Amino acid sequence: MLSVRDLVVSLGSDKAPIDIVSDVSFTIGKGEILGLVGESGCGKSITSLAVMGLLPRPGPRIRTGQIELDGTDVTRLEPWQRVEAGHGRIAMIFQEPMTSLNPVRRIGDQIVEAVRVHDGITGSAAMARARELLDLVRIPDAALQLSAYPHQLSGGQRQRIMIAIALACRPQVLIADEPTTALDVTIQIQILGLLRDLCNRLEMAILFITHDMGVIAQLADRVAVMYAGRIVETAAADALFGSPSHHYTRGLMDCMPARNPGVRRLPTIAGQAPRPGTIVTGCAFAPRCSAVRDVCRVSAPLRVKIATAHEALCTFPIDAGRTT
Amino acid sequence: MNGNTILTVSDLKTSFKVKRAGRKYRVQAVDGISLSLVEGEVLGIVGESGCGKTTVGRSVVRLVQPDGGAIDFKGTNVIAASGASLRDLRLNIRMVFQDPYASLNPRRSIGDSVAEAGDINGFFKRGDERTALIAQTLMAVGLDPSFAKRYPHELSGGQRQRVGIARAILPRPAVIIADEPVSALDVSVQAQVLNLMMDLREELKLSMLFISHDLGVIGQISDRVAVMYMGRVVELADTRTILDHALHPYTRALMAAVPKPDPSKRIAGAIETGEPPSQFNRPSGCTYAARCPLHSARCLAEVPELRPIDPDHRLVACHNV
Repeated sequence: MLSVRDLVVSLGSDKAPIDIVSDVSFTIGKGEILGLVGESGCGKSITSLAVMGLLPRPGPRIRTGQIELDGTDVTRLEPWQRVEAGHGRIAMIFQEPMTSLNPVRRIGDQIVEAVRVHDGITGSAAMARARELLDLVRIPDAALQLSAYPHQLSGGQRQRIMIAIALACRPQVLIADEPTTALDVTIQIQILGLLRDLCNRLEMAILFITHDMGVIAQLADRVAVMYAGRIVETAAADALFGSPSHHYTRGLMDCMPARNPGVRRLPTIAGQAPRPGTIVTGCAFAPRCSAVRDVCRVSAPLRVKIATAHEALCTFPIDAGRTT
Repeated sequence: MNGNTILTVSDLKTSFKVKRAGRKYRVQAVDGISLSLVEGEVLGIVGESGCGKTTVGRSVVRLVQPDGGAIDFKGTNVIAASGASLRDLRLNIRMVFQDPYASLNPRRSIGDSVAEAGDINGFFKRGDERTALIAQTLMAVGLDPSFAKRYPHELSGGQRQRVGIARAILPRPAVIIADEPVSALDVSVQAQVLNLMMDLREELKLSMLFISHDLGVIGQISDRVAVMYMGRVVELADTRTILDHALHPYTRALMAAVPKPDPSKRIAGAIETGEPPSQFNRPSGCTYAARCPLHSARCLAEVPELRPIDPDHRLVACHNV
């Protein structure tokens, strides 16, 4: 449904570009959730904005690469051009729903706005559709809530409203950028459940972006791990959590408190990630890697196929001998 | 419990005046909490946003004024302290805040921020004493002494939080109130800072009130855990007891909701577990009753007291366990 190939997003001039996202490729099928995981500054949000056509201007731009939505190349199309050409069935939700909603407009009007653009209907027909959308995201008393203002709702309900607005375009692809990070765990699990349910029922492809390995494990079918602007490992969720191949993935999992009950000291990844746009020779993770070899510091890492649909950007992946 | 109790909180009540839609409300953020902190112990306070956990921490250092109950630190009445005794108290009970971006003055050097408590209280007779203590404190939190001359914008999130910790430990306090100290950090950095806090606790014999919404982090660092809901403690026990056999239905729901790094427990579809009631319209009886699978008629009428359940000091506030 969504296919991204060799995407490079750069800052700076064309003559001296600074790549902040490099060679990112992934695909997501119907009814599938791809989890994109990484720490702050790794380029996961920039990747999602590039896919949406929402990169801020002036600012980073797509230098090379291709974004295909349902078989159509949309790389160079503006969002409004996509909608006019009928390729606008992609939507996005963000971390903090309060900053995405207009505080002085009623919920119903804000949903209707999206309905009008995508369905071309107005008046009571549009309001009826808005109500349908609220039912879809399981907001109780939908008819009543249409006249509420954002501040009258809880954080969890606001995120449901954002999802309802996103669903107004009947998306084939939904991008969710840390949608539950600002929410409490008991509310988070409800939103995750809702996304899974919608993904199944509406056969959407979901790109779910988070820094939380726990959330990824509970939701994603496949996972892409990003570090310093590159995808360093992709695998099915079971394979990734069962036997991570990249040393960074392994490190991320090891330092989770939930994986170390009763341990006095948590394992850590030494040092810190390079700032976005830092020019690196060799492997960007080499300075922090526990299994680093001399060659890692001078030549770029190889993309190694570990198993079917399991790749790691590491010349010496964990358990390489096991490769079939 | 062995050891001396260093900090005792009894029946603490703190409320805020709030105006909504032209009407004045009083929100009872902390509604009768009793806790004790033993010397050298880390007591974790866990709960979701709005449960009052931050207000408990801020009440203990008198950043907010409680309107009822008592707080006792080594025989000093914290609630009544003022002037010199309050200043002295604030050297002994220090706070580490969540957001290391917001809690450091961007226009002061790291050294000045770290030494602030000493400057205010006249610790330093000579400049070289001050420089030496700043250097020593920075090294204690794993930073190079040269950081003293730098400014917050030059530092990463993890380094800033180390500065926040350095600032707290400079006057050699007895108690640290850590309010979500690792919540703003990336996981790999979070583990580094947690390890640092565990080391400092041993080296400096610190007692700690560790406030967090994250059960994983709380489970890692705490000896005992108090679970809060709507301004009250609903369960209090040893960390292992809480993690392995929680009794209160809210603690159980909270644990069940924590995402586990195990794809075999993947979410299959919609889950509805309800939301906390409004602060402006507190239900009578147990505040968790509306979301609770065990609730009975009694829960709607009568507030459950925190009572001992078994010999190992476990306290639970529920009519039905």
